[in-house]
Amino acid sequence: MSKRRVVVTGLGIVSPVGSQLEAAWDNIKAGRSGINRISADLFDASAFAVQIAGNVKGFEATNYIKSKDLKKMDTFIHYGIGAGIDAFKDSGLEVTEANAERIGVLVGSGIGGLETIERNYEAFLNGGPRKISPFFVPSSIINMVAGNLSIMLGLKGPNMSIVSACASATHSIGDAARMIVYGDVDAMLAGGAEMGSTPLGIGGFAAARALSTRNDAPEAASRPWDKDRDGFVLGDGAGILMLEEYEHAKARGARIYCELIGYGMSSDAYHMTSPSESGEGAARCMRNALRDAGINAEQVDYINAHGTSTPAGDKAETQAVKAALGDYAYKVAVSSTKSMTGHLLGAAGGVEAVFSVLAIRDQVLPPTINLDTPDPECDLDYVPNVARETKVDIAMSNSFGFGGTNGTLIFKRI
Amino acid sequence: MGIAERVKSIVVEQLGVDEEEVKTEASFTEDLGADSLDIVELVMAFEEEFGIEIPDEEAEKIATVRDAIDYIEAHKQEA
Repeated sequence: MSKRRVVVTGLGIVSPVGSQLEAAWDNIKAGRSGINRISADLFDASAFAVQIAGNVKGFEATNYIKSKDLKKMDTFIHYGIGAGIDAFKDSGLEVTEANAERIGVLVGSGIGGLETIERNYEAFLNGGPRKISPFFVPSSIINMVAGNLSIMLGLKGPNMSIVSACASATHSIGDAARMIVYGDVDAMLAGGAEMGSTPLGIGGFAAARALSTRNDAPEAASRPWDKDRDGFVLGDGAGILMLEEYEHAKARGARIYCELIGYGMSSDAYHMTSPSESGEGAARCMRNALRDAGINAEQVDYINAHGTSTPAGDKAETQAVKAALGDYAYKVAVSSTKSMTGHLLGAAGGVEAVFSVLAIRDQVLPPTINLDTPDPECDLDYVPNVARETKVDIAMSNSFGFGGTNGTLIFKRI
Repeated sequence: MGIAERVKSIVVEQLGVDEEEVKTEASFTEDLGADSLDIVELVMAFEEEFGIEIPDEEAEKIATVRDAIDYIEAHKQEA
């Protein structure tokens, strides 16, 4: 029996550049930044070294969730439900008594309900243990995007989450695809959701000196591979794909965006937060994905890079692409949509998978904005500042996370 | 606003139900769609509003809007 193939039949996004699929994609293609100063409605950031983030734009939680249920869920869950329901509707798949057990959901997050944890701890400090909400636990734990989507859509297959920092969504998509290949299910909603721009989230990453402090020019703060980059910008949102077994999708006449042909994983086994020397772990991850896809490096048209805009990470990924793709590294187009969205942590691989799939659909490469003066040590074709129309048959998407964890997905035009 | 009105207004707010549904005889679970966690939070909101503490064993007996009003009327410290 030949291997079961996995295709993408639905897309959903909640992001700093918009929360409707086509509007967000239009902004990406136009090179518009979604980075903003943190509004006082979110929290007073005036005492923080970092006062910028990519907060979600154009999202109405009540379009997806009854207002009385909103307070039972952290904001990252609102985002995950929004993107999940959009991806589900986009696929046109209908859940019936007959197929419910063959459809599952695997949505990760890097941090989970940080805002809810902060609020309940504050209530505890101010009023004692009786002030902790009965919804504190179910509204903050990471697997509740998957849990709530399962309940709302009636999905009775696997229901779980993967937590691997900034690779969470990529690993969620890759592992969900494996469940389809293995035959456990015929369809999976998969991706990630995050709402990290809270006082502890911004404060914690700022304390680790991971974030850009370009507070006076938020839209120029995320500048992957630019000589003047000074850290990443935290972004919020969710990106979720409907994955489906190819014959299953064909049989119901589904619109198929593309095929997910490869998935690679690796670990640096090196340092908690720094990338391994010369991007060695990331290179192995890309090689593993190429092997899984059964393709040569020369077949890759586009890499949606991890490209966070940190001094060390961008350099290491550049070296990793060279190590994994050899001389062809100078011919492949590499861009970072994080230059516009910021870094969505556990949701990053989700929104970047969405953009990679749309790059294939529309045969256009999203740009890397703010790439004004390339770092001499970063010398690949990063699609600087302007989107590019070109042939895109195969797109690779990278995600690397704290703990030295790496994930790579490869999508192919059908 | 009297105690009954304040109780009903909290129920509307916490359970996201319409005001006309919150009849004095209404049961939180049977008529107003509350689950066990909703009731815990509802009791916390009563405690906050009326400055009282409702022990768990008493809270378990509060099943209807009338139960809540009666308990609060009996235990509220007159300001």
